[in-house]
Amino acid sequence: MENRKLLEVKDLVVHFDTFQGAVQAVRGVSWYLKEKETVAIVGESGCGKTVSIQTVIGLNPRKNGSVRGGEVLFEGKDLLALTQKEMREYQGNQLSIIFQDPFTFLNPTMTVGEQIMEPYLLHSRASRQEARARALEILRLISLPNPEETMKRYPHQLSGGMRQRVMVAMALICDPKILFADEPTTALDVTIQAQIMELMNGLKEKLNTSIVLITHDMGVVANMAERIYVMYAGKIVEHGDAETVFHHPKHPYTWGLLGSVPRLDERIQSELYSIPGTPPDLIAPPKGCAFAARCRYAKQICRKCEPPRIGFEEPEHYAYCWLNHPECIRRNGVTVREEE
Amino acid sequence: MVRYIGQKVLIALATVFVLATATFFLMKLIPGDPFANDKVSVAVQEKQREYYGLDRPVAVQYVTYMKNLLHGDLGYSMKKTGRTVVDIIREAFPVSAKLGLFSLLISEAVGILFGILCAQFRGKWPDYLLMVVAILGIALPSMVLGPIVRYLLGVKLQILPVSGWGSFKQMLMPAFVLGLGTIAGNTRSMRASMLATTTQDYVKTAQAKGLPPVKVVLRHQLRNSLVPIIPNLGGQIAGVLMGSFVVESMFLIGGLGRYFVDSITNLDYPLIMGLTIFYGAFLVTMNLLVDILYGLIDPRIRMK
Repeated sequence: MENRKLLEVKDLVVHFDTFQGAVQAVRGVSWYLKEKETVAIVGESGCGKTVSIQTVIGLNPRKNGSVRGGEVLFEGKDLLALTQKEMREYQGNQLSIIFQDPFTFLNPTMTVGEQIMEPYLLHSRASRQEARARALEILRLISLPNPEETMKRYPHQLSGGMRQRVMVAMALICDPKILFADEPTTALDVTIQAQIMELMNGLKEKLNTSIVLITHDMGVVANMAERIYVMYAGKIVEHGDAETVFHHPKHPYTWGLLGSVPRLDERIQSELYSIPGTPPDLIAPPKGCAFAARCRYAKQICRKCEPPRIGFEEPEHYAYCWLNHPECIRRNGVTVREEE
Repeated sequence: MVRYIGQKVLIALATVFVLATATFFLMKLIPGDPFANDKVSVAVQEKQREYYGLDRPVAVQYVTYMKNLLHGDLGYSMKKTGRTVVDIIREAFPVSAKLGLFSLLISEAVGILFGILCAQFRGKWPDYLLMVVAILGIALPSMVLGPIVRYLLGVKLQILPVSGWGSFKQMLMPAFVLGLGTIAGNTRSMRASMLATTTQDYVKTAQAKGLPPVKVVLRHQLRNSLVPIIPNLGGQIAGVLMGSFVVESMFLIGGLGRYFVDSITNLDYPLIMGLTIFYGAFLVTMNLLVDILYGLIDPRIRMK
């Protein structure tokens, strides 16, 4: 059954003006999210993941970070056409976000309860008592131990996992349609990571919220996402449902990301794979494929022309890589990776 | 919190004790004699010294003084005959305190407000304008600023009285002259502090909740920005107190400042001691209040 698209980002371009020139953080990105779906945007630091979702929810500083093109359609309405004031109606209400670091994203001088209640008081015109009741309800839902006590605490009195739960509660209190999670587990211990992921998965079922997950951790993706967008240097390089991207990845960058996940069945001595090099300078992005400089399969054409979008058997599975071009496959017989 | 306050109170008491001791002995080192006078016979001078206990060894005098101090007895002035030191403080301090507090209140409020405005309009004309005011305020000492303001407002425009004390109108000019430095300092540090919190992650969280900018500033930034400003308060209170010596004499206000200067030139031992201890204790108390206030504003400090 095909759900309708709840959020659709079309050809989003975001540049940041700096003294050195415009940093082309997001260079024409398109993706969508269906109702009750979890989509992951995957890529390493600095590839434009965070910038693109902060643009979607209207959090980019307007002064030197500017949207140069594209549309963000939420329930058919272009969010980029709204004024800041109109956008605030959506922020924290229908579109909410969980940030990466629960240590710095909570206000140290305000009780946790106050911070959780804040968006509800703002968006629902509820009384303080109602907001308190609602906050307690949410805290129970995310099974935080003795919520009444916790509401009175300050962030520094809570553990990392507790704080991230508080962030989750804060994001969910207004029953958002979309929950953006920007590396929600990166700052946490591995065991706590698992708890938070489990929590988010469970809440999605209970609350009918769609989730956009941003991460560089393929392990996290495997646990949560239904579809995956792989992003590199401000562009989507591969997309497909989670199963397909994990088992039949078509872009060398995706191979690299998957190769960097430690495996339990590997020999102990084997070194953990990491993608060599660093992402390109986005003030002057390279001609051709942005990944070519770090790609061991790069050919001449990769450095000269941008790869086209090439689709595969599974619906909506596509990648931007010359290796998948019919001409390349004809010459090599098969795609490179399957050869190995 | 109770332990935190307890510790601070103990430190404060120790500070006052050290201050009293040091002042007592330093004061005795000042050359001269309070009763040296050509027109009075040596026998009478001896009598006076004996009467005030100055003929006894310094150590004995010290112990006697400290004992009396514990009972809140600061002794009699040697020069303002018949008046106790406590009496003099009781009469003159309210004037100084009123001037100081009024000035402090204005300058804290105005300085913090200016700082917020500067940060909000960073790089635009309100920012530049207020920073010019702030730099002037730091650069101009009150003995320069005072006459200028008195000439402009008092003589030329004649909207405020040139000197005197009592009415609200008379309070405005001295309070402004006394407080401009504090306004300037607060504007600058509040501006820096606000700018520092603007890029904090929790401000982004507040924005993501859909809070309008005014609420983001007032609810999330202000309190966090005040934390680094609070410690300045102690020094500012000191500044207002000490500054009032000059301003009080300039505007002919009968506050404590005048007595303090006189007591030293006259070698009026009990008055020097009394006023020093009083000023010292006052400052220490203010710093103590600041420490407690600090704990109230930032819960993380309270817990340590």
